[in-house]
Amino acid sequence: MTKRYLLFMVQVHLNFRLAELESLADMFGLTTIDFSQYDEESPFFVVELENDQQAREWISRSILTRAIYEYWGQGSNYEQLHLDVQENPLYLQLKQEYRESSFKFEFDSFGGSSAGKLDRVACIESFKYLDFQGPIRMKNPEQIFTVIEEYEPLSDNQAGETPLRLFFGREVQRSDRFRGALEKYDLKKRPYKGTTSFEAELSLVSANIAQVKPGTFMYDPFAGTGSFLTAGGHYNAMVIGSDIDGRMIRGKGSQTIRANFKKYQDSLQFLDVLTMDFTHNALRKNLIIDTILCDPPYGIRESIKVLGAKDPERFIGKENVEINGQKAYLLRDYIPTKKPYSLDSLLDDLLHFAVERLPIGGRLAFWMPVANDENIETVIPMHADLELKYNCVQEFNKWSRRLLVYIQRGADYNGPTNMGSERSKERFRDRYFSGFN
Amino acid sequence: MKFLTSNFLKCSVQACDRSNDNFPLKFNGEKCQLEQDESLEFNPEFLLRVIDRVDWAAVLSVAADLGNTGLPAGKPEFSNEELSEEDKVILADLHTLLIQTNIVEGEMSCKNCGHVYYIKNSIPNLLLPPHLA
Repeated sequence: MTKRYLLFMVQVHLNFRLAELESLADMFGLTTIDFSQYDEESPFFVVELENDQQAREWISRSILTRAIYEYWGQGSNYEQLHLDVQENPLYLQLKQEYRESSFKFEFDSFGGSSAGKLDRVACIESFKYLDFQGPIRMKNPEQIFTVIEEYEPLSDNQAGETPLRLFFGREVQRSDRFRGALEKYDLKKRPYKGTTSFEAELSLVSANIAQVKPGTFMYDPFAGTGSFLTAGGHYNAMVIGSDIDGRMIRGKGSQTIRANFKKYQDSLQFLDVLTMDFTHNALRKNLIIDTILCDPPYGIRESIKVLGAKDPERFIGKENVEINGQKAYLLRDYIPTKKPYSLDSLLDDLLHFAVERLPIGGRLAFWMPVANDENIETVIPMHADLELKYNCVQEFNKWSRRLLVYIQRGADYNGPTNMGSERSKERFRDRYFSGFN
Repeated sequence: MKFLTSNFLKCSVQACDRSNDNFPLKFNGEKCQLEQDESLEFNPEFLLRVIDRVDWAAVLSVAADLGNTGLPAGKPEFSNEELSEEDKVILADLHTLLIQTNIVEGEMSCKNCGHVYYIKNSIPNLLLPPHLA
């Protein structure tokens, strides 16, 4: 037996919104949601769920929604709304269930606002047929009943004045966003950040689409200033990161990744960051990594490098160099040489690594930059054992970046495959610095 | 770096993957400087998830390198239901060892190839010179 719930979403990052909702639903084993009814144009989505518990689990972590409500009714004006509420097949049951609860009413809106024109007290009075007997409590009521007004904006920056549609429901769960996650993780307030830090909103969304689960192990091989580690820690995974650039993960003085975790009170979730070349990986091979989430270097703000000599001939015999009777390469302050590497090769390595380390069903999620103006199709890296589940695009002026999300399916999957060298004609870095002309 | 992280690190040298001696790394006890981070609070549920992933033989090996030989030879088992008082004492000890013990400075080496890795400012450096990369 299911009942209806109303989901109130935000109209931003629409390329990511459905992926987030589906991923969270899948994570909690929710099977009664009919996603064919989902409308990208609308902030509302009425779904069937078994109970409040499912609604709470589903939306509690969401970043691209506001809240989920038990659905009581809707109408194009208040008169119709009241009729619809009373015609709800569950009307008598719901009315009885919350008869004695302490409660309050709230008003929310989309696309405009009643801006003082609506007499809220009179509006609340108009629901008196619900016959609630419980006390009204403005602070910590047992139930919050919400009226949501949907307006059609007059233009992009001009709010609508007459509501198109009204919803009424009982609040079941506010989303992570509505509870303040974006303010909490706002980069402006983060002790340690850098030019490559990833903004809070989409890093949290990425962690949701990657299905980072509490108590599981998440790895970011290009940790930088730890943006994705932070997102993983927020969702209670044990997080570990590495970066070939030790300066980035070290921070400066009191500005460190560790300090960020402390501020967010997620210190326990943060295992460590390692100075390590991802392609010469020191994580033991039988360590199960449940999720890999990262933003690989694009070669713009940070060059793409791996261990090894760019000009190997120059390094012949260097392993024999000694300083004060000690091999130079074994000294504490030895700095190994690095060589340039292509983004395509790096992404091939990443897919290969994911196949080796992820359990079946585990997810690999990473961001990939793409130049928009080329008339050639963007080729997404593929591996025979990985299902490409999502390809979500964030558009900028002349380029875009995509969140690619893969699911480990194992050796029997036999999906399509391609290699880096076949994919790109020109390097993203060269396109970027030539202004995409 | 946390003591726990020693349980995840093998030698970076790819040729050592063919050996059984590339994990765990051998810690040079004399060169390792340890610190306890008491601000990390004991959370039995979290720790149980951690212990699930731990290779116990490697815990014993690194603990012995660092001068702790008082650990049980077998990996402690905990019932899935209620934790006993005794279980909680064992878990609290493991929290102190795995989570709170931080190796601030130190050296560790591969038992197969002998390459030395340093830990500086609590961050292990696993990079390799070109002839080993």
